[in-house]
Amino acid sequence: MIQFQTQPSDYRHWQLTFDGAIARLDMRVQPEHPFRDGYELKLNSYDLGVDIELADAIQRIRFEHPEVRVVVLGSAAERVFCAGANISMLGASSHAFKVNFCKFTNETRLSIEDASQHSGIRFLAALNGTCAGGGYELAMACDEIFLIDDGNSAVSLPEVPLLGVLPGTGGLTRLVDKRKVRRDRADVFATLQEGLKGKKAKAWGLIDDTFPSSKFADRVAERARALADSMPQKADSGIALSRITAEIEGDTWRYQHVTVELDRDRRVARLTVHAPTTPQPSDGAGYLAAGDGSWALRCFRELDDALLHLRLEAENIGLVLLQTRGDIDAILAAERVLFEHRAHWLVNEILLQMARTLRRYELSARSFFALAGDGSCFAGSFLELALASDRIYALDDPSRPVEMAVGPLSGGLLPMSNGLSRLQSRFLADPDHAARLAAEQPRVSAAEADELGLVTVLGDEFDFEDDTRIAIEERASLSPDALTGMEASLRFAGPETCDSKIFGRLSAWQNWIFIRPNATGDSGALTRFGKPEPAHFDWRRT
Amino acid sequence: MSTVDLDAKIPNNVNLKDDKRLQRALETWLPGYQEWWADMGPSDFNTADVYLRTAVGVGKGGWAHFDYVKMPDYRWGIFLADPSGDQKIHFGDHAGDPVWSEVPGEMRGRLRRLIVTQADTEPASVEQQRMLGHTAPSLYDMRSLFQVNVEEGRHLWAMVYLLHSFFGSDGRDEAEALLQRRSGDPDSPRILQAFNNPIDSWMDFFCFTAFTDRDGKYQLAALAESGFDPLARTTQFMLTEEAYHLQTGENGVGRIIHRTAELLKAGKDPRAEGAIPMEIIQKFINFWSSASFDLFGGEDSTNASESFATGLKGRYREGDGIYSDPKALDQFYKLDIPDGDKMRTTEVPLRRAMNALLLDAYHTDCTRIAQRWQRDVEKFEIGANITLPCTKFNRRQGVYSEARFTPEGELISEAEWQKRHTDWLPTEADRAYVRSCMIKVHEPGKIANWIAPPARGVDDKPFEFEYVKLS
Repeated sequence: MIQFQTQPSDYRHWQLTFDGAIARLDMRVQPEHPFRDGYELKLNSYDLGVDIELADAIQRIRFEHPEVRVVVLGSAAERVFCAGANISMLGASSHAFKVNFCKFTNETRLSIEDASQHSGIRFLAALNGTCAGGGYELAMACDEIFLIDDGNSAVSLPEVPLLGVLPGTGGLTRLVDKRKVRRDRADVFATLQEGLKGKKAKAWGLIDDTFPSSKFADRVAERARALADSMPQKADSGIALSRITAEIEGDTWRYQHVTVELDRDRRVARLTVHAPTTPQPSDGAGYLAAGDGSWALRCFRELDDALLHLRLEAENIGLVLLQTRGDIDAILAAERVLFEHRAHWLVNEILLQMARTLRRYELSARSFFALAGDGSCFAGSFLELALASDRIYALDDPSRPVEMAVGPLSGGLLPMSNGLSRLQSRFLADPDHAARLAAEQPRVSAAEADELGLVTVLGDEFDFEDDTRIAIEERASLSPDALTGMEASLRFAGPETCDSKIFGRLSAWQNWIFIRPNATGDSGALTRFGKPEPAHFDWRRT
Repeated sequence: MSTVDLDAKIPNNVNLKDDKRLQRALETWLPGYQEWWADMGPSDFNTADVYLRTAVGVGKGGWAHFDYVKMPDYRWGIFLADPSGDQKIHFGDHAGDPVWSEVPGEMRGRLRRLIVTQADTEPASVEQQRMLGHTAPSLYDMRSLFQVNVEEGRHLWAMVYLLHSFFGSDGRDEAEALLQRRSGDPDSPRILQAFNNPIDSWMDFFCFTAFTDRDGKYQLAALAESGFDPLARTTQFMLTEEAYHLQTGENGVGRIIHRTAELLKAGKDPRAEGAIPMEIIQKFINFWSSASFDLFGGEDSTNASESFATGLKGRYREGDGIYSDPKALDQFYKLDIPDGDKMRTTEVPLRRAMNALLLDAYHTDCTRIAQRWQRDVEKFEIGANITLPCTKFNRRQGVYSEARFTPEGELISEAEWQKRHTDWLPTEADRAYVRSCMIKVHEPGKIANWIAPPARGVDDKPFEFEYVKLS
């Protein structure tokens, strides 16, 4: 199995160092240690292995180092910041792997922006040399970008002119939406293989400033210091994140609070999440004392890990059946504490982690059906998981009563990537209803939940099993591509944000381009990159 | 044959007076260039009268005109070789198509980068050598240095002409930047690292002109094959000037070897005579030749493949039809690479091995020169040898940069290298000793004791001729 868990002492490709409120995260990719054999990671180019470490580093800064207020993202390689995603790796990867690689790297960049927006950590990109493609996209995920002015180093997005694909990590969207670069300049820049150097890059808004080589390190340090001084202090010490592991028995992955059972023949997985079974902390100090053992943190970290494995290691699984087990009261009690103490830095981080995991769930290219059957506990964040699913099947059987409850976090603390709560997005036609549900936080029977619009199909004791079985088999028989597109189109009703645009465009445009002959056909630009023969295009436009 | 307009402000054979836009652009660039020369050209010798060769035409022999000139008044100009042959692209994916007289849009970036990288080395070498006049071993050698310097300056003009003519505003910006960068400046260094180290002894200068300028010759020769006709013709003419620089280097190193051999034959210790011991000469040869190998780039290079495929950079003497397949497809280059403590052979698609191929041609050329030096040493029967290191030795670029090799090309461990590298490469003490030998000799007919006089003078003049009149 792919190992998504790591820790700083195991990093091969990054150096993470701390100096009070300022952390330095330096890229130093080991060329001879690719994630899979068959290519070399030259010039600080990255693959999934490099990005797993980056994602881990961001997590650890957030949870283990609340004293950090500024992260300087730089490079320990000479005259090169980052040359982007490794092209040989992309060329040799399956379509599904490419898509999921891009998705994961996008989520990592978004976690940087999430930390900046909600955790009081500012990120500075210190570009000491070449910064191309995914390297510049990584820089754009930071709050400020500084480029060395050595007459040579440039920022560039060479994907279109060089590879016949798009910048896959939000580059184009961030260019015009986040950095607000004028669209005509963005058009020039994104077709300019060699990119733009210091002064012009600054004039066009591609970077925030440029400094001569001899002053670069000092200026970056000064800016980091000034930024750190301007940010409020959170705490002196954090909690340690231990490794998340699953017990693997054949096609069953068993974590503490999460279980995944794969039925590869039917192409269906059963994902079960469990409510807390032990008393949970009652305030911020209690959460600090609990370390990474609290249910809210542990459960959602496990779910996160399970989702990554589902994406990358269960390609044939098309439908995930979400089940919940445990005590509704236990969930609601734990989440009331989280809500009340949300100003505490660690509680805040846990809520942000839950929100990110929920977004990772609905950004996965799988059908999700929530099954609120006997013994289920769709309350609070588990109800959010149901709302993040494509359909909710609930059992209405007086002898086996099923309860569902809206919790205190559903009013906006676990936003979707379109910026809305799931209730708001679900009830776009009736915003008052969404607001009422969030305010009143009803705890109701399945039938009442159906009345409130929280159930897709309500089945009585005679029909429930049959209805769900038929729905599952039917779903599993539909075209996986059409389903992926359909689900992505339906899940995110409402406004667009930078985040939702990035994923929407990745799913639509980039993935379309990835399978077009002009990119990946025998004579496509991505296939031919680095090969002796040049690319040949089919010139017809759609 | 094209006419050379020698009376123009900028001498040229590209009909500049009829292209007002280009003429204005170059005349705007001129003052910046003159200022750069005054600041960064040969230090303190701008008022001396130097017996220089000036290009006055591009035909055979016509371009060599000698007279006393003050360097700032040298006629920098723009000269392209006359069109020749069938005017067809003779390699790459466009083989057989007519040559381009304008830059094809899709190749603009790649071509501009090739030109800028080449152009940047021209002023860089002038900057590296700017202090050498003060320690010239003879007026003859001082003249050689200045001849090389002004011609490197003119080569910059040739490249700037291409940037101004064919690359629009980007080209203008790049032409400007060529005057802004400075060799060794931490904030705006020259592009290639080898051009950022000062050349502070004549031993270095002669090795540089023998080896590093010879890399320039091969790069220019590859560009002279270009499907972009103005680049091909510009570099063809530059090559005729470059030949002189290589001669200066080869003869210079040869004269140092000769002098040391003479002293040894007479039973004298070179160190006692202020001359350079044979083993130090060998170390400088090892250092400069291996540093020059690096300038060819990676042996397995997608970049080189692209430049060949697009018809911008060909193989050495591609146009002479010495290669059977002008497209270089479906062929492989055998490359020995280090694999742990062994070597193994891999096959690289030929197009990706273009740098390796050019380096091979270069190494063969250098080997011939080392053999000429060796034949001269043998005449003295002193048991000394001069050799050229293998292309694997002391590399910072390419497939051999990750491992260690002896000058003979034998793979050795890091520990072994640490033990022996000072036997092969100049130490700080060696360099200090060589610098201590650099004492100026500015009297006509006199020469420093560490170098033999040349076999003949320049332009049929004797060695005693006053090649530089110092004011």
